[in-house]
Amino acid sequence: MHSIMKATVASLALGVASTSAFADGHSSLEGTLRIMSDMSNPAPRAAMEQMAADFDALHPNLTVELEIIDREAWKTQIRNALTANPPDVVNWYAATRMTPYVDAGLFMDISDLWAEPEFDALASTKGAMTLDGAQWGVPYTYYQWGVYYRKDIFEELGLEEPATWEEELANCQAILDSGRKCYTIGSKFLWTAGGWFDYINSRTNGYEFHIQLANGEIPWTDQRVRDTFANWQQLIDMGAFIDDHQTYSWQEALPFMIDGEAAAYLMGNFSVSHFRDGGLTDDQLDFYQFPTINPDVAPAEDAPTDTFHIASGAQNVEAAKEFLRYVTSAEVQSEINAGDALGQLPVNANASVADDKFIQQGFEMLSTNATGGIMQFFDRDFPAEMASAGMEGLQEFMVFPENLDDILERLEETRQRVY
Amino acid sequence: MVTAAQNRSWYKRNEIAVTPWLFLLPGIAFFLLYVIIPIFQSFWISFHEWDGLGEKTWVGLANYERLLGGDRKFEVSFWNNVRWLVLYLLAIPLGLFIALFLNQTVRGIRLYKSLFFFPFVISQVVVGLVFTWFYLPNSGLFDVITGWFGIDIRGGVLGNPNTATYGIIAAGLWPQTAYCMILYLTGLNAVDPEQVEAARLDGAKGHKMLWYVIIPQLKPATFIAFVVTIIGALRSFDFIAVMTNGGPFGSTRVLSFYMFEESLSEFGFRMGYGAAIAVVLFFIMLLFITYFLWSMYQDEKGAR
Repeated sequence: MHSIMKATVASLALGVASTSAFADGHSSLEGTLRIMSDMSNPAPRAAMEQMAADFDALHPNLTVELEIIDREAWKTQIRNALTANPPDVVNWYAATRMTPYVDAGLFMDISDLWAEPEFDALASTKGAMTLDGAQWGVPYTYYQWGVYYRKDIFEELGLEEPATWEEELANCQAILDSGRKCYTIGSKFLWTAGGWFDYINSRTNGYEFHIQLANGEIPWTDQRVRDTFANWQQLIDMGAFIDDHQTYSWQEALPFMIDGEAAAYLMGNFSVSHFRDGGLTDDQLDFYQFPTINPDVAPAEDAPTDTFHIASGAQNVEAAKEFLRYVTSAEVQSEINAGDALGQLPVNANASVADDKFIQQGFEMLSTNATGGIMQFFDRDFPAEMASAGMEGLQEFMVFPENLDDILERLEETRQRVY
Repeated sequence: MVTAAQNRSWYKRNEIAVTPWLFLLPGIAFFLLYVIIPIFQSFWISFHEWDGLGEKTWVGLANYERLLGGDRKFEVSFWNNVRWLVLYLLAIPLGLFIALFLNQTVRGIRLYKSLFFFPFVISQVVVGLVFTWFYLPNSGLFDVITGWFGIDIRGGVLGNPNTATYGIIAAGLWPQTAYCMILYLTGLNAVDPEQVEAARLDGAKGHKMLWYVIIPQLKPATFIAFVVTIIGALRSFDFIAVMTNGGPFGSTRVLSFYMFEESLSEFGFRMGYGAAIAVVLFFIMLLFITYFLWSMYQDEKGAR
């Protein structure tokens, strides 16, 4: 009882003071904190290991056990991990992707944590962490989506970054006339097509409509959905996308842009390190926000958020909560999202943004020109069954646009069953 | 005399009857635990809606109504299964042909045999990957070769919904042919040379010799080749997962892959529906299993 009291007092004290208060070694946290993380790519892995080691060092009586699982494997393993001998802290994703675990009572309600004043700095992501009126985790990083393009090719052809759909189409025509493709994409694993739909749909019909569609409130056969596909088809009919993209993964589609056979790629910011590894310099590579289609709707942006959660079966809840406070603190946020660590955007408003032109541009875009709203991405906003049927339909549309009616009918059938 | 018999323990008295069961017990127990009971659990789950985490909801036959009442993914998967079953059987004549070809005594024949057997030794995943590169549009060898004849498959073999399944089956045939070849090579060793000689004296040669003398004697090998090929065709999951992941737009799914997608993949966890697919697949397999068992039973009876 005494130790619990102590821990509570300590955590309350922390709510007022900053995390650095613990640097003195007065930590009262004891026992073991078990973390299961999906940050298995080299850079995130290093950041996660560093973070766990630092947290361990801050709390002399606490042992931090970190287990890193392959990011793809974790998407199915999390179920086993949370049900049998659950760890204290796990990685997952924001928004609808949390639903199964929240419904099954496997994530802990941490609304009390969000009520602490420190968490005001995370306000922009609160919506994405909220289900059924409570918060179920904390974000630790997010990244922008947008068009990454070959600046040198644009300069060679005398093109500017397009701001409107007309400019976009004109640019694309010029690129095609020069014997290149406008966009590379690898749709073998489907999700890349989801990005295109998110953008064209939200630019055509607005964020509200997009989210209503994701929530199953609008039939897929609606005329406004058809408008979205009609806009998309303009690009497809021009031959804007590389051929045979359904046989490539997103990584296999990278060489088309690196070799200059395609001029641009609609992707998340994680692609930048791949472009750089492929030999593109920052003079050759640049970024622009997806152009406006319908001037009457405010721009919405895809900015998927990755998160930490406490398992409801956690053994060391106090330490887990303390870790979540630690992860989201301004200091740690600046550190793990720095250019040499994750190279992404910090979720804490007081954190500093890495000195990298793409991260800076993304931060600028999301904080000033994403007034429509923030989407989490097709496969996180739509429920699982709708998302998988939907992305399959989107891929088919990109290859056989003439099948549109059939695709929409199928998706509508799925919608009526899923929701 | 009577007392001597009674003095023996119960086990000693029933030793002959009990011992075989004791030896079988571990096998039976594990077979029940890991095969028989899960089969009935699948039946049970298929009557529910369940996400694998929360409570099961009883839905009766609803999963089956949806599955058999016009689920397009199911129809595509089913017909792909049929394609697999029919075309995979090509491995048997192909294997026989290669076995006949290799069944001669030339210098270094062992090396040739092992080279032909090689694809069966490497993992299915590797075979799938190699064929994926082989089929790559533009740069793949297959595309280059078809290009010489002016044939251009839109999207590449694996990117075109009309050719993708056949492309995967062709990849699967490579190791399966090697397997059938080995079965026939051992079968050919057992062919009775006296019968061959007698047939030769009667003037049989060429395809008549093959059809009326050799192949009937290879019947046991053919039976095993048929069994493993049917099983191989129904286990085509690995190739599909590696080569197309069910795509393009779900055109290469088979029932086992669809079952996996519905119940265990990233966007799945519809356990009830997945179990219903598993049950349907089970009944399709049961047709073959019944035939195999019946046919083996007939052989046993004939041997007695």
